[in-house]
Amino acid sequence: MSNNETSDIQAFRNQAARLHRRLSHWRLLEGIFWLALAASWFLLPSRHMLINEIAVLGLFALSLDLILGYAGIISLGHAAFFGFGAYAAGIITKYGVTDPLAGLVIAVALTAVLGFATSFLVLRGSDLTRLMVTLGVNLILYEIANQVTWLTGGADGLEGMNLGPLLGFDFDIYGAVAQAYSSVVLFVLFLIARRVVHSPFGWSLRAIRDNPLRAAAIGVPVNRRLIAVYTLSAAYAAAAGALLAQTTQFASLDVLAFHRSADVLLMLTIGGTGYLYGGLIGALAFDVMHDILSDITPQYWEFWIGLLLVTMVLVGRERLGRLPVLLAERLLGRKPGHAAE
Amino acid sequence: MTVALETSSLVKTFGGLTATNDVSIRLEQGDRHALIGPNGAGKTTLINLLTGVLRPTSGRITLEGRDITGMKPDRRVRLGLVRTFQINQLFGAMTPFETIGMAVAERQGRGHEFWRGVGHEAQIIDDIVEILDRFRLTDVMGERTASLPYGKQRLLEIAAAIACRPRVLLLDEPAAGVPEGEREDILDAVAALPAEVTVLLIEHDMDLVFRFARRISVLVNGTLLTEGSAAEVARDPRVRAVYLGESYQGDKAHQGGGHG
Repeated sequence: MSNNETSDIQAFRNQAARLHRRLSHWRLLEGIFWLALAASWFLLPSRHMLINEIAVLGLFALSLDLILGYAGIISLGHAAFFGFGAYAAGIITKYGVTDPLAGLVIAVALTAVLGFATSFLVLRGSDLTRLMVTLGVNLILYEIANQVTWLTGGADGLEGMNLGPLLGFDFDIYGAVAQAYSSVVLFVLFLIARRVVHSPFGWSLRAIRDNPLRAAAIGVPVNRRLIAVYTLSAAYAAAAGALLAQTTQFASLDVLAFHRSADVLLMLTIGGTGYLYGGLIGALAFDVMHDILSDITPQYWEFWIGLLLVTMVLVGRERLGRLPVLLAERLLGRKPGHAAE
Repeated sequence: MTVALETSSLVKTFGGLTATNDVSIRLEQGDRHALIGPNGAGKTTLINLLTGVLRPTSGRITLEGRDITGMKPDRRVRLGLVRTFQINQLFGAMTPFETIGMAVAERQGRGHEFWRGVGHEAQIIDDIVEILDRFRLTDVMGERTASLPYGKQRLLEIAAAIACRPRVLLLDEPAAGVPEGEREDILDAVAALPAEVTVLLIEHDMDLVFRFARRISVLVNGTLLTEGSAAEVARDPRVRAVYLGESYQGDKAHQGGGHG
């Protein structure tokens, strides 16, 4: 090989490395997003609980994005893990583990086991099969939680959670500590997810989503990867559920209700799948709309959500859902694009 | 010589239909072997059996002496049995860079690594670069696969298989649908494979078969009709009859003297 060729290949090598790094590098807009979340703690003290809820739902939607947006597993029962995590966090607090972080870790670990066990049910089958199987698992857990009243409180909800202080800070009624807690957990888990989707593992998930037949034909162990990501996704959903239970000091059947599963799918659809921010933007849009619309028409706010959903799916979720992102990127003079694709 | 891939009395039935009937094929290491046969001869079924998409009703498949009959498709790939597809099977939303990168990561046994980005791994990058360069895909490496012209997608289809560094490569009509001008790129890439790689070419195009293959197996109605060198198969009147569409009787009469 001549020197010329060697240097050509070297130049190309650098180009390839740059190309890849650019895809996984932080963008300005991402920085703004997280700074805005941090700033909201100082600037909107009256909205601590609302932003706390947005962070929790955003994390929940992010967990769904991991399986739906990256691995192509559609679920209509993701609240199974959200609710299981919430109850787990609540019950262990009630029975003595009052440290929030310890409670969070245990709840997440327990739910990961559930996620692992049920992952085998979604390995095969069409989208419809997966919708029904996940929905079924969700319904089963709901009825179990409803029946074992001695453990969960049944229809009355789980009472008697006395959560200890978080690193020395007591949870306050305004939700200042709650918002900070949820935001930091969301940020940390987001960072982890971000690394995961840009790793070889993350690439293989997208390959499975696009074409499982070919993924196997280049050596990807499809089932093992799906089991891994489903378990990870269950753990993320559990973290969201545990945060909700801890920050509201309450867990009820509502955390396992069907509308949770449907809402989170809706949020992710609003925000767009497969680029990690979709769930966060969707949760923000969903909750803000809920807040505004239910002020105007308390009875009929879901009418407007429904209308938006229909419009979006028909006009194109991509165009409409990313409108704020596209606008902001235009304003900042950057080319529109997204990290994952 | 060592045997790279061998099937022994392979049978596959679907209900009452026998798609593969007692097929025994043996590929020596470094073979350039072609599998031909008319439509419906069972070529696709045989590939699916070899790659593990289907399980044989009976019979055995060995890869370099190792029994792989019941092994999952992805494990066979990691052992070096790799295929390409007649109809492109690619990842539409991913770039060529990512597609090849993933294949390389899997081959290096690092596909499960979830923490470090590929862009920081010199070992992976070097291999990606080499493959993309060989298949002239460097200029489109950052574009979505779905937006690439057909010829480039076809190259990527082959490149993704090569990136797995096969020991036995099954090429399923590699030049299917590729315009004349772009065919050479694909054929060159196939010709440039290391001599120790064993290649089984499944093909309709006789030009390509005779140009490429040293040995040819002919499959008809799920049964192996004959096997031999390219010249032997080209001369065989039965092959001409069933495959080349000439009348068996007429052909026999015509060649009768030569073979008698």
